[in-house]
Amino acid sequence: MVDSKHQWKAWLYLAPAIVLLLVFTVWPILNTVRLAFLNNYNSLAAVNQEEVVTFTFGIENFRKVFNYDGFIIALRNTAVLTIVTVPVSTLLALLIAVALNSIKPLQKFFQTIFFLPYVTNSIAIGMVFAAMFNRVGVGKLITSHGIVNNIIMFFGGESINWINAGSDLVPNMIVLIIYIIWNALPFKILVLLGGLQSVNKQYYEAAKVDSTPRWRVFTKITVPLLSPMIAYVVITGFIGGFKEYSSIVGIFGDQMGPPGAKGSLNTIVGMIYDVLPKQDYGLASAAALVLFAIIFVVTMINMQVSKKRVHY
Amino acid sequence: MHMKIVLENLTKIFPSRNKKSGEEVVAVNNFNFTIPDGKLIGLLGPSGCGKSTTLYMISGLQKPSSGKIFFGEDDVTELSTENRGIGLVFQNYALYPHMTVKQNILFPLQNLRGKDKMTKEAMLARAYEAARLVQIDELMDRKPSELSGGQQQRVAIARALVKMPRVLLLDEPLSNLDARLRLQTREEIRRIQKETGITTVFVTHDQEEAMSISDMIVVMKLGVVQQIGEPQKVYDDPANLFVAKFLGTPPINVFSGKVKDGKLFIGEDCVLDVPGVEDQEVIVGIRPEGFILDENGPMHCKPTNVEVMGRDVSIVSTSDASLNPLVRSIINADNNNVNIASGVVRYALKPHKVFLFNKETEERIVIGEVK
Ligand SMILES: Nc1ncnc2c1ncn2[C@@H]1O[C@H](COP(=O)(O)OP(=O)(O)OP(=O)(O)O)[C@@H](O)[C@H]1O
Ligand SMILES: [Mg+2]
Repeated sequence: MVDSKHQWKAWLYLAPAIVLLLVFTVWPILNTVRLAFLNNYNSLAAVNQEEVVTFTFGIENFRKVFNYDGFIIALRNTAVLTIVTVPVSTLLALLIAVALNSIKPLQKFFQTIFFLPYVTNSIAIGMVFAAMFNRVGVGKLITSHGIVNNIIMFFGGESINWINAGSDLVPNMIVLIIYIIWNALPFKILVLLGGLQSVNKQYYEAAKVDSTPRWRVFTKITVPLLSPMIAYVVITGFIGGFKEYSSIVGIFGDQMGPPGAKGSLNTIVGMIYDVLPKQDYGLASAAALVLFAIIFVVTMINMQVSKKRVHY
Repeated sequence: MHMKIVLENLTKIFPSRNKKSGEEVVAVNNFNFTIPDGKLIGLLGPSGCGKSTTLYMISGLQKPSSGKIFFGEDDVTELSTENRGIGLVFQNYALYPHMTVKQNILFPLQNLRGKDKMTKEAMLARAYEAARLVQIDELMDRKPSELSGGQQQRVAIARALVKMPRVLLLDEPLSNLDARLRLQTREEIRRIQKETGITTVFVTHDQEEAMSISDMIVVMKLGVVQQIGEPQKVYDDPANLFVAKFLGTPPINVFSGKVKDGKLFIGEDCVLDVPGVEDQEVIVGIRPEGFILDENGPMHCKPTNVEVMGRDVSIVSTSDASLNPLVRSIINADNNNVNIASGVVRYALKPHKVFLFNKETEERIVIGEVK
């Protein structure tokens, strides 16, 4: 504990950070809450001093959010993407981390490879993905199927319209899911590998002495001992998932959908960006609060579950 | 069911980390020993002498560089740990921290496959049986972090015993306990070993611990076995100076001396007849209990103080010939009539408590007819 006489020093050191946080984080959050509960807020009218008093507090903005045209679609897309990608990417990351941890030669090399996507711009990766799934031309006049379709056709499958005009929601979603999982892996692998490397080797020796089959070592020892890291990765995964936006932009552009189906792949964050140019700050703020509420509830559920599952 | 363990030319060499300058470490050097069926063996030696390495090779967690290991008649040298059917208690227990005591003890049983597979009820019964053996059946629902060191250690023993191992290996299992608990637990280990009759190897660097519970002790130094035998025999008949120094509390007194015409001299004192020993300079080891207070005794020291130890007293003195700073003798308190102020104390020696060692090799020089 810092001696109370010297506490002013601690505050002094913290002051720059606190001031910045107040100005750029706390104040905007409070303002968002205020805007969300102001009915008929209009940024132009706000400039006009006399009209400010006519604003009333209420939940009009939230009603608008739930009645917004694309809201249900955005909510559905966000939920599907999150619920599919978080468990799959966590499981994959766990398996890869365990595999990486058990190899000896070239471990550092593979670690670097698996970490590369993390240091690469996600929009750039999105463009590469888009190129891989892209089909050039229409109908009989298709000039290029894209690398993924070429592989499918090599194995005797049929070329699929993944992301181009007239593509269906399911192929769109599959591409997004693959992309998001790919993007999420490096961080998760890094965290889990770090966890694995800090697990006392003696538990594995004890498991050997106890004649434990491999699979049981994984499920009964590795996973429980890693549970704090797994919980961390899942919780941050859910939070990130509900804020999904840039991956859709990376592949489909800011139309948030394939050509001709604008907004079909929109997410909640995407919807907030949609309404901002329309100057409807009340609606955007309310949508942001709805998103906050969703993330809050999901995180609470996560914490509750992990309390039972996370050991120590 | 249980069996002897044969170690044949067992050697472990750790390659050097630093390829250029570092030297390889010979952790265990040509270890030969047959551990008799159902006995408790104490593996004893100073830190870094290769005790754990030997134990890990018996367990299969480390592969020998050369040599062979047999359980009974089976060559297990190439057998993986999983298939050796051993129980091992680690130095820091290595209890699974996320499992309760009960789950920890059940774990080895749940791993059994094929014809050994047990029903849930049978497993529970066995687990409780093992828990009762080490008296922790009241703690079954606790996590390891909620147990004292001694309780954790007993859980580790129960986990090692529950699958009825062919061999039980214990790596300094008492090192984390306080003195009283250590005493109590080592007796418990002895009792359990006697009850189960499992061939057991017990690693320790505490000579008193090893002497008190082992059927036989193996004294090691720098990877080389120095002596093997029953504790009392090794104590009474050490093979070299290292073993003599390592066993016994207080430790043996060491003097420089010389043999001339069958007589042993320490300084100017002619202390003992040593027939059959050639004239030479020697190192003389005298156990603290090997001194007899005797006004006309041949050996003299300068007493500094007397430590009362209850039934016995320890006379602390100095001697020019001593290779240790102090000479300690242990005398029955009734016979204690030392006059420190006089500046001299005289002793007669018990011949069987006096050992001679070669000055260069430090090997024992056996004294002829004296027994
Ligand atoms: N993995 C290893 N790599 C290199 N050298 C090792 C390794 N393990 C042990 N050694 C060396 O082998 C020798 C014997 O080690 P060991 O652990 O068997 O000693 P010990 O008798 O159990 O000692 P302690 O009483 O301190 O536990 C030591 O010199 C040690 O430094
Ligand atoms: Mg050791």
